[in-house]
Amino acid sequence: MLELKEITKIIGDKIILRNFSLALAPGESVAVIGPNGAGKSTFFKLAAGLMQPTSGEILLNGEQIKKKTHLLKKRIGYLGHESFLYSALTPLENLRFYGKLYKVKNIEEKGMELLKAVGLHYFKDIPIRSFSRGMIQRLAIARVLLTEPDFLLLDEPHTGLDQEAVSLLNLLIKERQEKGIAILLISHDFEQVIQVCERVLILNKGRVVEDKSIDHQRGLMPFKNWYEAAVSGK
Amino acid sequence: MKIILADALTIAAKDLRNELKSKQTSGMMIIFSSLVILIFSFAFDPTNNTVKAIIPGLIWVITIFSGLLGLNRSFISEQENDSLTGLKVAPIDPSSIFLGKVVANLVLVTIVQMLSIPILFLLFDYKFHGDLIWFLLIVLTATIGFIVIGTFLAALAANAKNSEMLLPVLLLPLLSPLMIGAVQATKIVLEQEGITDAISWLQLMAAYDLLFFAACFFLFEYLMEGS
Amino acid sequence: MKQPSAFVDRMLYILLVPAMFVSLYLIFIWSPIEKQMGASQKIFYFHVSTAWVAFLAFFVVGYYCVLMLKRPTEDRFIKAGISAEIGVVFTTITLLTGMIWGKSAWNTWWTWEPRLVTVLILLFIYIAYLFVRKMEGTWEKIAKLSAVFGIIGCINVPIVFMAIRWWNTKLHPVVFGEGKNQSGGGVEPDMLVTLLFCIGTITLLYLFMMRKGIEIEKMRLTVRKAKSRVIEKLAS
Repeated sequence: MLELKEITKIIGDKIILRNFSLALAPGESVAVIGPNGAGKSTFFKLAAGLMQPTSGEILLNGEQIKKKTHLLKKRIGYLGHESFLYSALTPLENLRFYGKLYKVKNIEEKGMELLKAVGLHYFKDIPIRSFSRGMIQRLAIARVLLTEPDFLLLDEPHTGLDQEAVSLLNLLIKERQEKGIAILLISHDFEQVIQVCERVLILNKGRVVEDKSIDHQRGLMPFKNWYEAAVSGK
Repeated sequence: MKIILADALTIAAKDLRNELKSKQTSGMMIIFSSLVILIFSFAFDPTNNTVKAIIPGLIWVITIFSGLLGLNRSFISEQENDSLTGLKVAPIDPSSIFLGKVVANLVLVTIVQMLSIPILFLLFDYKFHGDLIWFLLIVLTATIGFIVIGTFLAALAANAKNSEMLLPVLLLPLLSPLMIGAVQATKIVLEQEGITDAISWLQLMAAYDLLFFAACFFLFEYLMEGS
Repeated sequence: MKQPSAFVDRMLYILLVPAMFVSLYLIFIWSPIEKQMGASQKIFYFHVSTAWVAFLAFFVVGYYCVLMLKRPTEDRFIKAGISAEIGVVFTTITLLTGMIWGKSAWNTWWTWEPRLVTVLILLFIYIAYLFVRKMEGTWEKIAKLSAVFGIIGCINVPIVFMAIRWWNTKLHPVVFGEGKNQSGGGVEPDMLVTLLFCIGTITLLYLFMMRKGIEIEKMRLTVRKAKSRVIEKLAS
């Protein structure tokens, strides 16, 4: 259970987030959408322990996270815009490095397993410099999953992926979700939002304007209309 | 503490493996230091005997200039794919990033020194008569201080767009006491003067190393906090 | 809020202007002419008092840097910056007057005398600090980075002094009694009075400039904020 309680974040003289609250239960999948500059990325950085909130608190399983961010960081898998990978190293070396930092046991086995799952095991000894964007993103997913997080933070993971990679990513996400991992997704791609998530938050100007569960039956168009209505402020 | 050390070694090993594969930075540093020696041998005639007096200074000029190249790379290279953020979100103490980078840079610069200092002696036809143990100890102590403060400031400068220009401007004034000590102590050892003077310089450098290591170790966390 | 600060400013101004004239009188007319160096020794009063302010300004920067690490506020950030800027000016004056002094005392523009070199390195650290502040990014980030650099710089200054002193113990123009029987040790009481008065005046000048600088910087900030508000409004 990850809880953010009445988080406010001020950067410079701008209020990025105002009284933001969110509780994330195991197995839940929540999408955070909103226009640019709504504070989505800042919210992710706070949740990933990259930043400290100006006020408010973050609770992990009922325990307060203040200076003990490494407890939080260990439980979170953060997949950002960038892959965080080292391009001179091979996929396996990259996984090994991050596995060591996260104190993962049997890195070799798990690494190979994951490489197979994302379909990169043939390339395990090639420096990733020559990889395409899709392959790197797949490896980045493997990196995140290697650490066995309880919460997955996905920051626009679908951008730049081809159809095949997208469905692979969605499959992997679904698989983890069934194992009880909570998922937070930032995306501008509403199609994927509907596919992956059950609940959606709309952020606008640092505030949550809407919070409801997604009706999968209704399809894309009504969802888009609803989003536009919510953002434009009725 | 043990965990910080283990994480630091993991990071250092990663950096060194990276370097071992590309050999870009170390190669550049070695070539650059050789070129500096070459330019210096044009500037000061090596056949002239008085030039021997500037050898201790040259050792440190070479070390600092080639070291700057490596230091610049150490955090800029983490910006590719934004892997520094990857390290920041990992459950490790920020100081282990610092420690890891210090170890990696130290290894790199030491390797470069092991090549460039003999080249310097060779090209300037300098016969080494001093006490080798003391000489190595002095070189190592001063290099550690240089790398500690250099790594710290490289992390600071990496936030700027023109970091490769900013780093020397930040680093050189802070290095001045260390360099005074290093050059004086090296001179004493090379010219086989009284070792007690060298020891007092060595103490000054050791104090500098410890003080700045402690300060950088604790302040590094503030550099890593995102904004 | 506004009233007392304006009052302090006016009081400082009222004190500062006569103090300036008095110190000029003390320096050039009242105080005795030094026997060995003659009239050129007068620059010593300016030299010492600007040097004092240069170091004072630096430690003010250091002080605000430490505070800023604890909790960054715009106020502390501005104060540290203004103090550094004033510090650069005074450090430069110190160097120039020091060189003139050196020319007349030792017949050379520059000697590797510990205090002179420390001041030179201090100037470089000041400038580096200002460079750090000129970096791009949010002010919070810059505040943090510059604070860290300020603290490291502060730690460095005494070490620089020690190292250079150790390095070159030949030329010590020890004026106060701390040296061991060096010629020229000790000042005449009249000179001391003048010197202390001068130091007081220049410190007052520093305070005055500090307050004005902060005020100007805050105005600049207000204007910038208003500007970005207007831009935001026009854009949306």
